Amino acid sequence: MAGTTDRPLLTVEDLKVSFPTRKGLVEAVRGISFSLGREKLGIVGESGSGKSMTGRSILRLVSAPGEVTARRLEFDGIDLQKANEAQMRQIRGQRISMVMQDPKFSLNPVMRVGEQIAEAYRTHQKVSREEAKRRTLDMLRAVRIRDPERVVRAYPHEVSGGMGQRIMIAMMLIPDPDLLIADEPTSALDVTVQLQVLAILDDLVTQRGMGLIFISHDLNLVASFCDRVVIMYAGRIMEICDAKNLAAAQHPYTRGLLNCLPKIDGDGSDLQVLRRDPAWLEHGL
Amino acid sequence: MSAVTAKAMIEVEDLNVVFGIGADRVNAVREVTFRVPEGATFGLVGESGSGKSTVLRALSGLNPEWDGRITIAGHDQTTRRGKAFYKTVQMVFQDPYGSLHPRHTVDRILMEPLAIHGFSDPDRRIERVLGEVGLGPSFRFRYPHQLSGGQRQRIAIARALILEPRILLLDEPTSALDVSVQAEVLNLLQLLKKERGLTYILVSHDLSIVAHMCDELAVMNHGAVVEELDVSLLKRHEPKHPYTRQLMIASLGYDRAAVDRFEDFGIES
Amino acid sequence: MSSDAQNLQAQGWRAWLLSSSPGSRGQARLSRAYIAWLAFQSNRLAMIGLGIVLLLVLLTIFAPLIAPYHPNDQVLADRLQFFTWAHPFGTDELGRDILSRIIYGARLTLYIVILVAVIAAPIGLAVGTTAGYLGGWTDTVLMRITDIFLAFPKLILALALVSALGPGIENAIIAIAITSWPPYARIARAETITIRNSDFISAVRLQGAGRMRIIWSHIVPLCTSSLIVRVTLDMAGIILIAAGLGFLGLGAQPPLPEWGAMISSGRKVLIDHWWVATVPGVAIFIVSLGFNLLGDGLRDVLDPKSGGQG
Repeated sequence: MAGTTDRPLLTVEDLKVSFPTRKGLVEAVRGISFSLGREKLGIVGESGSGKSMTGRSILRLVSAPGEVTARRLEFDGIDLQKANEAQMRQIRGQRISMVMQDPKFSLNPVMRVGEQIAEAYRTHQKVSREEAKRRTLDMLRAVRIRDPERVVRAYPHEVSGGMGQRIMIAMMLIPDPDLLIADEPTSALDVTVQLQVLAILDDLVTQRGMGLIFISHDLNLVASFCDRVVIMYAGRIMEICDAKNLAAAQHPYTRGLLNCLPKIDGDGSDLQVLRRDPAWLEHGL
Repeated sequence: MSAVTAKAMIEVEDLNVVFGIGADRVNAVREVTFRVPEGATFGLVGESGSGKSTVLRALSGLNPEWDGRITIAGHDQTTRRGKAFYKTVQMVFQDPYGSLHPRHTVDRILMEPLAIHGFSDPDRRIERVLGEVGLGPSFRFRYPHQLSGGQRQRIAIARALILEPRILLLDEPTSALDVSVQAEVLNLLQLLKKERGLTYILVSHDLSIVAHMCDELAVMNHGAVVEELDVSLLKRHEPKHPYTRQLMIASLGYDRAAVDRFEDFGIES
Repeated sequence: MSSDAQNLQAQGWRAWLLSSSPGSRGQARLSRAYIAWLAFQSNRLAMIGLGIVLLLVLLTIFAPLIAPYHPNDQVLADRLQFFTWAHPFGTDELGRDILSRIIYGARLTLYIVILVAVIAAPIGLAVGTTAGYLGGWTDTVLMRITDIFLAFPKLILALALVSALGPGIENAIIAIAITSWPPYARIARAETITIRNSDFISAVRLQGAGRMRIIWSHIVPLCTSSLIVRVTLDMAGIILIAAGLGFLGLGAQPPLPEWGAMISSGRKVLIDHWWVATVPGVAIFIVSLGFNLLGDGLRDVLDPKSGGQG
């Protein structure tokens, strides 16, 4: 269910992202619209659907020559398109945070974990080193790391994938943002660790009343974890529905995705192959 | 010959693989034993670090440092493999973007095994195998970067089949593919198995794929097999070992209450 | 042919070259080369570098037609003249036209650079890929030999070799080639070590390919790009070493118009007749710059890590 605030946390209207390449203009996102309250919204799509670009464009992380346009891109009353770079820096990390797929690539390999988290904190809050260290340890406990004093002194390559991702979450949530964008945060993890990390995210998001955008290719995971699901294909939104009603989804692409998955209790007959309708390239929601 | 003692295509007994020396010694594979009858699909399931891929690499001969007994089509294998072995056993790798040489055309990639083994009539064989994996002759002179992930994986399968092996080792063949493409590739693998009477060993971390494709499976954790079961047990949600049960529950999707009951399964002695 | 028809034919060629489904091995190779060329073309500095190198090649081929005088024609009455219409770059201390000597000297520069590249690069490639793929003792032995050569400063080793072999341009080339191959071996070895664990190498091992086939057909093609780039970037250094040897009288012998030797002899008159030494110096500078820009441009196109074709 959407949160209790009357104004949505994030409003996106007609977002378009395109890249000029030598072979012509590549339109990664072709005019999508959705809004987000204090809830968990999943964005699902295959590779090339534009889901990652959507997440990045909210935080203005799409670098030139990529071009982002939107009729409306508003976060908590702030027009994200009109904000200048200094204002965006205030928003990034402090009010909107982003967790990405592989902690190997998003954690600084030559800095100890504790230093990185403390640095993230002190970028946005004027606090002393001791206070930052205390908050860091608290945050690591909040992401269920049992021996935070040891982890704080470790380097990123010394921790496992699941722990690295929890460290990322700690780092991104320590400034207490209102919105978290998670781009395939658990795809590089084993399935049991995946669910453990998601449970942590679940608890934190609920406790703090945050909004969460969960970008993934795994439809079943998103449907079981999120409140609402956005299905993207070729840069457009095919369908938006409540997670619990996913089985009753209308759009043939969504149905196709659901039906082509093998199931543990399936009968082993040939999997239904998704038939791509060229009309989907023309129209979206 | 009774059904119980039907000839096994692949027999592995007490396979051990150790990496590293001294303090860094890791028992990647510990006393793994299983049999795969001819024409069956055998699944090796586990999370990362379970040793499932290491077993496959030892089976294929890519990793020569193992001990135990490996018997393929009735022949005991040593650490060196001969050309006859490579005509019997082939492998499909996980990463479609890494398993094709970036500077070779599809034609060259498929020609190479034929040249090494001196097969006659290479052009006809190449065209035929391309058709069998659902790609036409227009793909023959493309470079890998001109192919999508699914197409590359089909070429990898074509390359594995062109020597007409009897056994295919499949190392997470679809985990890097989109789900819609995965369905096509899995269907293709099933079709090829039926058409050519192949025996498969499928390694995966995904229980639903294993349930779909396999007749029997072995679940590995920390290098050892914790449970070997018939797929029907899995389909009825009745695995016996708690680790397998946990894996199965995790595969069904996010369930907050279930997550709280997850345990850490360490190395069993 | 009318321009419309010409346009259509050009479009036809372009479409054939850019086709995503080539119909033959030849078409696939040409297509790949064309796309690389298009990428290269978009880099203005690289095109300037290419232009300079092509100019060098043209001067080499057409020297007798372009040069106004024979490079060894001495007219002592006209010695040490400044730039005039008759002698655009002036004359040297023996009355020889500097412009003509620069043009003929281009032949020597290109000769040195190509021979060194052709000798040193294959040696480095062979040593590096073999050491990297075979590992173990082979790797250790080959790399220690490489280290021995790397330990000597290039110019000193070249000097020692030339002193032992005797002065002359061929010996200078051999000396420079011997000092140049070790870095190529290191590059090739580093690339090989990265590549040898790839799945496509595993796949070809699983087909029963022997080690030589793997090294030659699979590993070497992947090392050539970085090697080509490195060689091009090194050419500037090779020219300078050759010039240094020439300057010391150990490379090309008089009266050959080698640019380094020209600087050396022009040194004696540097104060009052600065152009005699400076003009060949500028020529060396421009050619070195040209090779550097070319090498940078090639790296952008060939190196898969910096965004070129994989």
